[in-house]
Amino acid sequence: MSHYEAPIREPLIIGDKSYHDISNDIAAPIEGKANKWWWAVFTLALVAFLWGVGAIAYTIGTGIGVWGLNNKINWAWDITNFVWWVGIGHAGTLISAVLLLFRQKWRMGINRSAEAMTIFAVFQAGLFPVIHMGRVWNGYWTMPIPNQFGNLWTNFNSPLLWDVFAISTYLTVSVVFWYTGLLPDFAMIRDRATKPFQKKIYSLLSFGWTGRAKDWQRFEEVSLVLAGLATPLVLSVHTIVSFDFATSVIPGWHSTVYPPYFVAGAVFSGFAMVQTLLIVMRKVSNLEAYITRGHIENMNKVILVTGGIVMVAYLSEFFVGWYSGSSYEDFVYLSVGAATGPYWWAFWALILCNGVFPQLLWIKKLRTNYTVSFIMALIINIGMWFERFDIIVINLSRGHLPSTWTMFEPTFVDIGIFMGTIGFFFVLFLLYARTFPAVAQAEVKSILKSSGDNYKRERDSK
Amino acid sequence: MYTFSGKLKTVSLVLMIIGALSIGYGFFTAPKTTQDVEQAMAHDSGHHGEEASHGAPSHGDTAHSEEHSEAEAQSHLEHLLHQGQNRPWTAFFIAAFFFLMISVCVLVFYAIQWAAQAGWSIVLFRVMEGISAYILPGSILLFLFLLASGMHMNHIYVWMAEGTFDPSSENYDAIVAGKSWWLNVPGWIIRSFIYLFVYNIFRYLLRKNSLALDTSADIKIYKKNFNLSIVFIVLFGILELFMSFDWLMSLDPHWYSQLYSFYVFASVLVSGITTIALVTIYLKNKGVLPFVNNSHIHDLAKYMFGFSIFWTYFFFDQFMLQWYANIPEEAAYFWPRLIGSYQLPFISMLVMNFVFPILILMDSDFKRVPWFVVAAGLIILTGHYIDVFQLISPATVGDSWSIGIPELGSLAFFMGLFIYVVFTSISKAPLHAKGNPFMKESEIYHY
Repeated sequence: MSHYEAPIREPLIIGDKSYHDISNDIAAPIEGKANKWWWAVFTLALVAFLWGVGAIAYTIGTGIGVWGLNNKINWAWDITNFVWWVGIGHAGTLISAVLLLFRQKWRMGINRSAEAMTIFAVFQAGLFPVIHMGRVWNGYWTMPIPNQFGNLWTNFNSPLLWDVFAISTYLTVSVVFWYTGLLPDFAMIRDRATKPFQKKIYSLLSFGWTGRAKDWQRFEEVSLVLAGLATPLVLSVHTIVSFDFATSVIPGWHSTVYPPYFVAGAVFSGFAMVQTLLIVMRKVSNLEAYITRGHIENMNKVILVTGGIVMVAYLSEFFVGWYSGSSYEDFVYLSVGAATGPYWWAFWALILCNGVFPQLLWIKKLRTNYTVSFIMALIINIGMWFERFDIIVINLSRGHLPSTWTMFEPTFVDIGIFMGTIGFFFVLFLLYARTFPAVAQAEVKSILKSSGDNYKRERDSK
Repeated sequence: MYTFSGKLKTVSLVLMIIGALSIGYGFFTAPKTTQDVEQAMAHDSGHHGEEASHGAPSHGDTAHSEEHSEAEAQSHLEHLLHQGQNRPWTAFFIAAFFFLMISVCVLVFYAIQWAAQAGWSIVLFRVMEGISAYILPGSILLFLFLLASGMHMNHIYVWMAEGTFDPSSENYDAIVAGKSWWLNVPGWIIRSFIYLFVYNIFRYLLRKNSLALDTSADIKIYKKNFNLSIVFIVLFGILELFMSFDWLMSLDPHWYSQLYSFYVFASVLVSGITTIALVTIYLKNKGVLPFVNNSHIHDLAKYMFGFSIFWTYFFFDQFMLQWYANIPEEAAYFWPRLIGSYQLPFISMLVMNFVFPILILMDSDFKRVPWFVVAAGLIILTGHYIDVFQLISPATVGDSWSIGIPELGSLAFFMGLFIYVVFTSISKAPLHAKGNPFMKESEIYHY
């Protein structure tokens, strides 16, 4: 009776795997050598990253004026990219925490990489609040530290300060959650290692994990508690990011639906990023047995649901924009004015990429197709970038006073920093893929006998 | 098979009769003319003092001519008359909406279980189907109320008042007139009908297929319900947006909030899940649900806990953002609730819907103890009744509110009807829903 699973459920591990096969498959990329493709992509990412470092150094050395910002549009690519990267990070926590609470077994094949993606994305996001400051070197003033200015403190009323707390807490908890899960996996690599240096490193990383019953019991309990804490955390983090806009009185920004709408959008874009990475990863790291068509389909379903929530929120924004009777609301983001104004292309990019194209995933043939899923994921990431850009720039470009109306033009430094963060993200992710167990072997082994296709077949034939 | 016990039937009938009499009493004692209002005010000097302060902002100007203030006093009396007349209607509306949306949200939760291919909740399907049986009678009663409002039998929806859209009228309200493209009686009635029709038709189809699955165990029927559930969730998601705007947000036609429908949904969804838990525990005590174990109760209690926090999240978002920005046309909505005469219900519902559930249902062991879950459930349901009360009443009854015979009577009537309909429906089909491919997973479910 143990390991019973309804026959109608699809297998999550395919190809007659045993426990040993799982260890072999997951350790292979770490134990092997990188091929030339890895080096090629890594070099490309590194170059982009270094270019970004140069752009950041230039900004700090010369001043924010090297960006395309102006007196009215004083937030543009910086905060757009910040919100975009934070949003992308949210899928990792959703997969590792929320899906754990909902006991979704399919999360086990993908949670490790999704969480790695979260952490690397939050790194990128964390750069922007710092570098967009006029005086970066005074950044530590945002911390409530006793000081010699007569204990001059921060004002806790600003959502930008809440951001500091939200992002730093989010990063810390994500890292701890991720690292706890890595302990048994590092121990597995340690036990297999033949080279002394490698053995030394993984011994240090695995904290002397021996896998006793008591350890496992506490491990499970900690995972559950952290999942329970990470779930409200993930909701609150993007909520606080949305407060940066929603607490203001700027038409188009001041909207009560922003908190859940930003969170849904974050999961939407985050899952798209996971999709982008995993569709490639399962091929190059030979993880096809663990990241199956079913996983891709399930992620596409989550994309559909969160995309649907985002659509309902658009509908609410659009409807209330008219309903409010406010002539300002009728002029901004998601209003008739936005569709026909100077940023019409950004508006329609948003509607097409987020609203129209993802609806194709309702068709089973398309959502189970790797190529379509990959392209769709890229489209969604572009669409979600435009969503943040539209919210920020369109609303700032057409404010209350017509005499302040203006346009935004990014400079090469704006673009360079964004490219740099993409490069940095891939540098980290590529290094991760070669040194970390990319699939949580301990967790996958726990579902092998209930959801492995060989075991399922055996049960069904009885 | 469950048989509707005579005792429970009697309880529900008594509740309905007492409730109906109290509703009648509420309508009978409502003020008919402004003289009634004056008389009541003379009787109740304490109330008069409150009324004077209530009127203060508009009487602040001392340079009124005698004649003007006379007319103003008259219009103030009329205002109070409308509030007094609204009271039994409001009480009816709150209870009708609350119970209808509980059963609709149970159906939504049920559909989510289908669509998510849940393996734990199949043993509870018949309970959920039973609770959703109330959708039909509940819709009819609510629709009658909406029709009566549309035919000007009350003053619940101020935008329906005569002359609101007419520039030559004294009642003309330019802001509301600007919304007449959406807020007009025929459109509003048609939309209301569509919402109710969708709830009912999906309840009917899902139940029909579920019963058919009992005898045939045909995978095609299972797939049909799976697809229907998804369609229902999508439709509900879109229609719920407009439903809460139409039925509730338009009570304050000057105010708007983009989050509103999410907030209303969270409130009624947690009430629906709580109701599932309460009915399940009741039936389990009767011994008719031998296949439900305390892991199932634990899961339901987790949902009660989680969605209580979810509700609080929306509450806080909506409140905090409008409080923070303090834009006059938005902040006015929270004036009676935060500072005015609704302060007590406003704060107490926050305690009941957030503080209590988080404290009571945090512990894993407690979530397996039925009486604990029942206690938490009763607090949550009371809290969300008060939530619906503070959504509706400030706009219709204003400062003249109280919880008395009309309110408790309506609550009793709808509770009696709810119990009667739900348990009648549960007694009509076997409680073990056979034929679902996940049934065995659900039976051996252990957490």
